[in-house]
Amino acid sequence: MNKNHRVPSNRTLNAVEVKSKFGAEFRRFSLERSKPGRFDEFYGLLQHVHRIPNVDLLVGYADVHGDLLPINNDDNYHKAISMAAPLLRLFLQRKEEADYSAFGTDTVTRKKTPAALAAVLLRPDANKKKPPIIISLPKDFRPVSSIIDVDILPETHRRVRLYKHGQEKPLGFYIRDGSSVRVTPQGLEKVPGIFISRMVPGGLAESTGLLAVNDEVLEVNGIEVSGKSLDQVTDMMIANSHNLIITVKPANQRNNVVRNSGGGATSGSSGRSSDSSTSFYGYSTPGLMAMTPSHIIQNYEPDEESEEEEDLVIEADRGAKLVLQAGARATASTSMPALPRYEPHLDLRTSNGTMASSASAGSLNAHRGLEGRSLEEDGTVITL
Amino acid sequence: MMKFRFRRQGNDPHREKIKQDLFAFNKTVEHGFPNQPSALAYDPKLQLMAIGTKSGAIKIYGAPGVEMTGLHKDTAAVTQIHFLYGQGRILSLLDDNTIHLWEIVQRENRSHLVEVHSFNLPGRPGIESTSCDLLALGTEGGGVHFLELPTLTLLNKSLFQDEIMQSIPEEYKCGKSLGPVESLQQHPQDSDKILIGYSRGLVVLWDLNSRHVDNLFLGKQQLESLVWERSGNSFVSSHSDGGYMLWAVSSSNPCTHDPISSTIPYGPFPCKAVNKILWRTTESGSPLVLFSGGMPRASYGDRHCLTILQDSSHVTLDFTSRVIDFFTIHCTDKDKEFDDPSALVVLLEEELVVIDLQMAGWPTVPAPYLAPLHSSAITCSCHISNVPPRLWERVISAGQQQCPLQNYEVAELKDPTQKLKTSAFSPQVLCCHEDGTVRFWDASGVSLKPLYKLSTANIFQTDGDHNDSLTQAGEEEWPPFRKVGCFDPYSDDPRLAIQKISVCKYSGKLVVAGTAGQVIVLVLSDEKSDHMIDVATVDLLQDREGFTWKGHDRLPPKSGSVVFAPGFQPVVLVQCMPPAAVTAVTLHAEWNLIAFGTSHGFGLFDYHRRSPVLARCTLHPNDSLAMEGPLSRVKSLKKSLRQSFRRIRKSRVSGKKRVVVNSPTSKVQEANAQLAEHDAEVTPVQRRIEPRSADDSLSGVVRCLCFADTFLRDGTHHGPTMWAGTNSGSVYAYALDVPSQEKFSEQSVEALLGKEIQLMHRAPVVSIAVLDGRGNPLPEPYEVSRDLAKAPDMQGSHSVLIVSEEQFKVFMLPKVSAKTKFKLTAHEGCRVRKVALSNFTSVSSEEYSENALVCLTNLGDIHVFSVPALRPQVRYDCIRKEDISGIASCVFTKTGQGFYLISPSEYERFSLSARVITEPLCRVDVERPHDLSAHRIYTKINRLLKKIKWEN
Repeated sequence: MNKNHRVPSNRTLNAVEVKSKFGAEFRRFSLERSKPGRFDEFYGLLQHVHRIPNVDLLVGYADVHGDLLPINNDDNYHKAISMAAPLLRLFLQRKEEADYSAFGTDTVTRKKTPAALAAVLLRPDANKKKPPIIISLPKDFRPVSSIIDVDILPETHRRVRLYKHGQEKPLGFYIRDGSSVRVTPQGLEKVPGIFISRMVPGGLAESTGLLAVNDEVLEVNGIEVSGKSLDQVTDMMIANSHNLIITVKPANQRNNVVRNSGGGATSGSSGRSSDSSTSFYGYSTPGLMAMTPSHIIQNYEPDEESEEEEDLVIEADRGAKLVLQAGARATASTSMPALPRYEPHLDLRTSNGTMASSASAGSLNAHRGLEGRSLEEDGTVITL
Repeated sequence: MMKFRFRRQGNDPHREKIKQDLFAFNKTVEHGFPNQPSALAYDPKLQLMAIGTKSGAIKIYGAPGVEMTGLHKDTAAVTQIHFLYGQGRILSLLDDNTIHLWEIVQRENRSHLVEVHSFNLPGRPGIESTSCDLLALGTEGGGVHFLELPTLTLLNKSLFQDEIMQSIPEEYKCGKSLGPVESLQQHPQDSDKILIGYSRGLVVLWDLNSRHVDNLFLGKQQLESLVWERSGNSFVSSHSDGGYMLWAVSSSNPCTHDPISSTIPYGPFPCKAVNKILWRTTESGSPLVLFSGGMPRASYGDRHCLTILQDSSHVTLDFTSRVIDFFTIHCTDKDKEFDDPSALVVLLEEELVVIDLQMAGWPTVPAPYLAPLHSSAITCSCHISNVPPRLWERVISAGQQQCPLQNYEVAELKDPTQKLKTSAFSPQVLCCHEDGTVRFWDASGVSLKPLYKLSTANIFQTDGDHNDSLTQAGEEEWPPFRKVGCFDPYSDDPRLAIQKISVCKYSGKLVVAGTAGQVIVLVLSDEKSDHMIDVATVDLLQDREGFTWKGHDRLPPKSGSVVFAPGFQPVVLVQCMPPAAVTAVTLHAEWNLIAFGTSHGFGLFDYHRRSPVLARCTLHPNDSLAMEGPLSRVKSLKKSLRQSFRRIRKSRVSGKKRVVVNSPTSKVQEANAQLAEHDAEVTPVQRRIEPRSADDSLSGVVRCLCFADTFLRDGTHHGPTMWAGTNSGSVYAYALDVPSQEKFSEQSVEALLGKEIQLMHRAPVVSIAVLDGRGNPLPEPYEVSRDLAKAPDMQGSHSVLIVSEEQFKVFMLPKVSAKTKFKLTAHEGCRVRKVALSNFTSVSSEEYSENALVCLTNLGDIHVFSVPALRPQVRYDCIRKEDISGIASCVFTKTGQGFYLISPSEYERFSLSARVITEPLCRVDVERPHDLSAHRIYTKINRLLKKIKWEN
């Protein structure tokens, strides 16, 4: 604990000079650069020096580029300390009246100087009516669905990606055979097609709002369904169910993504790209995409590979200890009652067996439930 | 740059050439007995037999190996076939009133059967009869038409009933018509005369040239068939009352009222009709009478019988299926005085039976082909390639002791063809049957030859044990029935049915596993033996609570010792508890281990020490369905009722459509039908899209098991392993501690769980195979120690190929990290049904070969993938996707061939390899005379060439 209260600034390289500002008040103190301590201690210190012990604070600092960056954990606190050259300028705000928009890298361009930056902070009421709803940052969310490839698909089509992985929610939809009318050189022609026939209430498909009953299914993960039977399409969808991408022609064409009609955008021909707000994937330049529609399917591949669910591998022999701990509830024994001659190996096989019984389908599930996310994502081989 | 980007893997011309040299798809031969035969014909000159089927196929059989097939364009039943003797031409009459003329033609150095003409008949034909240049057709209306052959042109000399009526005495006419023409028989000596039999009983001898009635025979009994006596001085008629009559033909008396003799062999009580009769004279004395039917209606009306009569000898052949037709093989030389029949050939609905008529007692002769594969329903099949000669000989000798062959050669088969050489390594097919038998067939040639039959029923106590007493009672019985034929569709006990089989061809060990959880280890022995079988029970549930088995009981084994004939003799019986059907079995003879799996779990058993090594339950805790046995999984009554109503409605709609004619009422009907159809569309078939969950029913079913010597625990020490895959995508790998050969008796085998892999897509695991450092599959046990295969690469890193119903994946060992994969279902929408690793040798170079993964999907198409890169190579359509039993029965061989059932009784053989093809390359050389006189036909069989390409 290296807190020096009201110590006049000494210019040794070892110390970090801190100028902390809360409202109109300034406090100055210094910290030892090599031993900054933890964020919560620092936070307590700030409350102490400003004598505002019960006020929730949002701590920000101005970095070398003049950006206002938050300090809210050990990492960015240490970063701030190490980057201080040597003065560390802090700006404290009450959390309830905090202006989140002040943070970010954009502040470089908008507010050239720390002074200007401070001016904004000092007069928060000037450009803000009421505190916004506090929402978490995007990284805290798991995507559930997205509309993708808007720029390369005809406006009448919609490519929807459903992220099933790690979800307990059912995918929740049914498909059926049907027929749709196509325009051909010979005139209108009735062709067989696959349609969404039912949505399960509360299912993933329904909750996205991107799929609806009677939408015609055109592609499954980049593969056209025309000419395929209902059972084939069912199998394809189930096989892709962890990361299902369906291209549909919505029955209701009124909610289509509206394009910037500058270039009179016809499907896939214009160079203009206008992603919908939920579109996550703009892998390649629109120009290339437009020229190579047959190649588009390939776009899924690298992405799919990385997000691909990995098979779960359990190393049984080294896992015995952990399983024994966790598996106190596992009662099944593998020793075969009818085979007394195997008693000598019982201890060996019990560990094994406990493993076996607890790690059988049931507990595999449990493991998946508990640790599944990390497993599925980074695909490490788990060693129990 | 763009070009480079878009050039796809498959378009490399060099690779394309290699692929062409390796892969080619051909459907080559149909093995077995034609399904639903409907007609039979025989050509004594060419010694060819033809069989027509209800599906419109004509198959020609000569010497073993000589086979030809023709298929009519329309799938109408073939009702009659006739050879134009010696010409290599066949006439077929179909159900749809068409006559087709087929010719045997030579093309590409082999014979084919080709349709050359067809003729649409004006009326409904009753019967046809041919001489070589003239075809006579009797109709149901009673007329007889004549067609010129081989052009099939109608001649303007049809004979109608009016013409006959004029010469009939008044008292016989009674104002009635003569009825349909039942039989037309050409005079054996004078080809211008033809015997016409009418349904009412009148028989007329008609002279074609002078167009007048030679003789009238005023029969009073409804006629069924006619046959000439060889000399032409008399003929025999058979009748619907079960009797037959012998008539004399004399030129002096143009109108015969009464036959010489009239007999009802099975009278005096009412009998069924005699459908067909043959009358054959013999040098030794009285003629031989052969007829089908005629049984006493009340007592034996349901039997399928054929009677052979000669003097006091009388045999009633009692068949298990309907008699389609029959013929005798007899002397056709015009100069000889007697028929002297040598053999009787009977075509039954399910088999072909040959009777030796020269031996006393008329014994049955095993036919060299057309053996009924389906004598009991086929439940599984297995192909063994490269059978070592030693095992081959022992199996054959065991088979010969089973049925000692007397006089194997029948006249019919004495063809100047070279015998099939048994190559040093012969392939075998094993068929496993519902009655617990395993039949061994020689599949090296075009026709499957039975080798040996193994029954597993005798080690169990079953209800069918008392049949000894039945055969005793037959002494005084009338009629003198004799059971003939081996087609036996009735199984004593369905639990005996064999589900899975595994063979070690080097040690002569066999494991068969059945429906009641029985796993039997058999060892080939040349000596008769009388011993007890060791019985062990393995509990696969492992004290799992809350489950009750509601299925069948296990089969009680016989107590005490049992006598076993030379051949495969059971040594150990392992019974799984609960006794669910065995779903996977494998054998490792070098380690003395068998592994088996059911819907509940899997077990490992050391059959040398007769002791279980391991049992593992694979059930998911929530899965209660698996426990209830095979009968509980029925649809709800409501649902099935609804479906069947829907089906009825649909069939009505389509029925209406067929009869639609343009009339006002029909238009209303049409509109209604359309409405009904629309109605059917309101409730369409839906499919739920949901990933597989862990607790799907039957998730614990063990789908595949395999043994391998590989690296499971670390990368430096390899050792025995056992792998098991389940229906829910779980793979269990066990490291085995197998004692060395000398210590087998003292030390026990140990199994330690090494790895568990849960495939995330949870699709059923269809196959597991370990690949060596070079990516080749590991050799079979003993192959390396006996120098029969190259030793696997044990230096490099091994990998394991796991095939699920949805994707193929190769994992590196021992880390089990994914290396390559192919997601078949995600790409193609089809699912894996059968897979095998096959070796393909290039046609252009024997040196070059590749291993490939062959895969049959639920859509009936075959995909070939490279191993271990898993790149798609070729794709062929093979089986119709509706043919579920065909897809389920498919078996691949190690050299890129395959078999599947096209009917319950026939295997279709196909080849994926460009090099290894087994196909009939037979040749029947026929010289057709330009002069169409019936008496001057020169025919000879020059060469019957049969070639089998067989490379390894």
